[in-house]
Amino acid sequence: MSGRELMAFRIGAQEFCVDIMAVREIRGFTPATPLPQSPSYVRGVINLRGAVLPIIDLAARLGFGTSETSARHVIMVVQVGQQAIGLLVDAVSDILTVSGDAVQPTPDVASEMAKSFVRGVLAIDGRMISLITLDNVLPALESEAA
Amino acid sequence: MDPMAAIRETFFQECEEQLAELESGLLAIEAGDSDPETVNAVFRAVHSIKGGAGAFSLDDLVRFAHVFETTLDHVRAGRLAATPETLKVMLRAADILSDLVRAAREGTAVDEARCAALADELRALDPNGGVEEEDDLSDLNFQPVLVQLDGLDDLDDFELTSDPRHVFHIKFKPRPSLYAKANEAALVLRDLRELGELKVACDASDLPHLTEIDPEGAYLCWDMELTTDKDETAVREVFEFVAWDCDLEITQEGAEGAASGADADAEVAALLALVRGADQNDGEPVSAGVTESAMTGATEEPPAAQVVPLPVKQAAKAAEGELKAASPTIRVDLDRVDRLINLVGELVINQAMLSQRVLEAGLARASAVAVGLDELEQLTREIQDSVMAIRAQPVKSVFQRMPRLVREIAAITGKSVRLVTDGEATEVDKTVIERLADPLTHMIRNAIDHGLESPEKRIAAGKPEEGLVRLSALHRSGRIVIEVSDDGAGINRPRVKSIAVEKGLIAADAQLSDDEIDNLIFLPGFSTASEISDISGRGVGMDVVKRSIQALGGRISIASRPGHGSTFTMSLPLTLAVLDGMVVTVAGQTLVVPLTAIVETLQPKDSEVHGLGDNARVISIRNKFTPLIDVGRELSYRASAADPMASVALLVETEGGGRSALLVDAIQGQRQVVIKSLEANYQHVPGIAAATILGDGRVALILDVDAVVATSRVEPAFFDDAMAAVG
Repeated sequence: MSGRELMAFRIGAQEFCVDIMAVREIRGFTPATPLPQSPSYVRGVINLRGAVLPIIDLAARLGFGTSETSARHVIMVVQVGQQAIGLLVDAVSDILTVSGDAVQPTPDVASEMAKSFVRGVLAIDGRMISLITLDNVLPALESEAA
Repeated sequence: MDPMAAIRETFFQECEEQLAELESGLLAIEAGDSDPETVNAVFRAVHSIKGGAGAFSLDDLVRFAHVFETTLDHVRAGRLAATPETLKVMLRAADILSDLVRAAREGTAVDEARCAALADELRALDPNGGVEEEDDLSDLNFQPVLVQLDGLDDLDDFELTSDPRHVFHIKFKPRPSLYAKANEAALVLRDLRELGELKVACDASDLPHLTEIDPEGAYLCWDMELTTDKDETAVREVFEFVAWDCDLEITQEGAEGAASGADADAEVAALLALVRGADQNDGEPVSAGVTESAMTGATEEPPAAQVVPLPVKQAAKAAEGELKAASPTIRVDLDRVDRLINLVGELVINQAMLSQRVLEAGLARASAVAVGLDELEQLTREIQDSVMAIRAQPVKSVFQRMPRLVREIAAITGKSVRLVTDGEATEVDKTVIERLADPLTHMIRNAIDHGLESPEKRIAAGKPEEGLVRLSALHRSGRIVIEVSDDGAGINRPRVKSIAVEKGLIAADAQLSDDEIDNLIFLPGFSTASEISDISGRGVGMDVVKRSIQALGGRISIASRPGHGSTFTMSLPLTLAVLDGMVVTVAGQTLVVPLTAIVETLQPKDSEVHGLGDNARVISIRNKFTPLIDVGRELSYRASAADPMASVALLVETEGGGRSALLVDAIQGQRQVVIKSLEANYQHVPGIAAATILGDGRVALILDVDAVVATSRVEPAFFDDAMAAVG
């Protein structure tokens, strides 16, 4: 069985990864235009070559608290369904090639974040890397009803 | 895509164009246009539809189009006068034809009874009524029956003179276009030879001196004598593909005599002259076909079915060829145009960014780089305008649908209505046009159903029995203004008010100005019809209209004079891709306010701002108190209220016609911005209409003025509450 490629990145002390096919590009951090009446994890929107790209502070989204942005932060532009979204993360660390059975089921913990985003964990060189799904990173539409 | 499906799709697209041509032609004739070319155009439209439909075996369509075409041919030949009654039937026939086309396109069923009834009506118009059988015989040859009868009269002559072998004299002179289309005269001659015995003489007298010769010109001409047992149709078939690119004369030996025999009949002579006249317009020689049909009708077996479609195809092609020659166009997928528009939008932004960077770099304005950039800016603007022009279309395409609607509603309501349209050539973005059709339909319905009185009431009021609905379009200060007006009774204000009270939309003792009462009809759920008719729907009329116009960034207003009628005026942006905006600063953020919403800007003075209630403020503008809305607080950019004295107020008009003052920190300037969707990658944000990218490359949000005003009302008044629900 051929390997699966994953993009690993770091938020605080934890490591995460997403399927590399979802990642379109990686950019340096640029200040975003804040959107009124949006959840705190929505940083705002930036101009990505003419398209308006929403920036999600992934740390805040996963419940770690808002990031203090610095020039070292990066934006991972990912494709979720028809939409392109920018994910603000601390750093991109690695590209992993793993076989399908290397992904272990998510340990049963109480964390709400783990339940809604983590789809499995990987053990790489003694580190634990969580494989996350991007389906729910944008705020649900109901909460936005005017 | 399946190639056949693609061709089919093209056929239907062309059908739409032909139908539009048909309807506008009929309307022109109705309006007194007696130009024979108009009749020809109408005829060709039906003819082309029939020809295409035949190719796709759309039998219902072919059958109806055929009947229609026969009637039109009578008009074309002057045998049937284009009276108003005749034209009414024909316009209805055009409606049925378009129904049939739609049914064929979507594969849905059609009202066969209605088609059959109208086909009968058309036949009833036939001056030769009851000769349908003969008509079927000659089928698509659309030659008048009269000729055939004369042929029968001359039956004896024919039997004496006719020979199973015909001798044709053919003069064939190709034009340069024949060769340009990769046809070859030699191949045509070879095909002719297969029909029988062929004698060819080449006439090279036109051949110029070698130094003057145009290598792509056509100088040769052939005189031929063909002896064949085939009829003339078969001979013409050989020239089918080159008929429009050559001068062709085919004469048949012996046919002259027969024709001259028939010429004795003055009527036939007149008819032939008419047909010849029509030929000159068509550029297609049919006159020989007349004699031909006379002969075959008389001497040989009835024309075989396979012979019949040929002239149809030829004529259809001829019509098509003419259309193309008239205005060379190409069909382009709308997506491609949109992509181009998007790219040009990027280009404009990028160019602005570049200019800004150059300025920041401290280069002098007169430096070569700056001058070059100025030129670049002009070019990009020009490109942008041209690209926008690709999407611009005359409103004609929407206006054209209205006459039919008017006819149908007039028939249902039993009112007599005349629709006058004006400014059909006014151009506006295609998206705007597409989304204009529904609101316009609603408004025209309303104008006829509610606006116009019944004929009896009109006569009683001393007005002409026929009601007038006027639809006009014009450009005014960068927007398109569309007016729908009627000369009916105007808004019945006491009734509108009582209904509004009844439905709880206003308080019973509310004091409203005439304007305010008129605007009540835009409230959701308001319907003035005492009974719900199937025309104007279930009271979802004007508020839906208003909402769709607003969704287009437009405004709608009403003016009404009791007894004289009402006028609805819509003002719409010419394009949905760019917007004129005022760039403002609010709590450190840059926002764009659509310029169309702004009435004036002012610097509030301490004495003008008054508190009202616990945290609301109003500003007095020329002694009128207007709500003062702090945009920064409304959008939660800041918690505390801004100091009005250190701010600028934008007096805005909302769609309801109400006014509010928006408080912003500062005005940066005015700019045309490219509208970018927030929904594409994110979702709708309350209070924000869209986003744009400014010269510095950053995203700025475009304020949704109506939404901000609507949400700012903490304790809305009765009237405004309803208005807020609309916005």
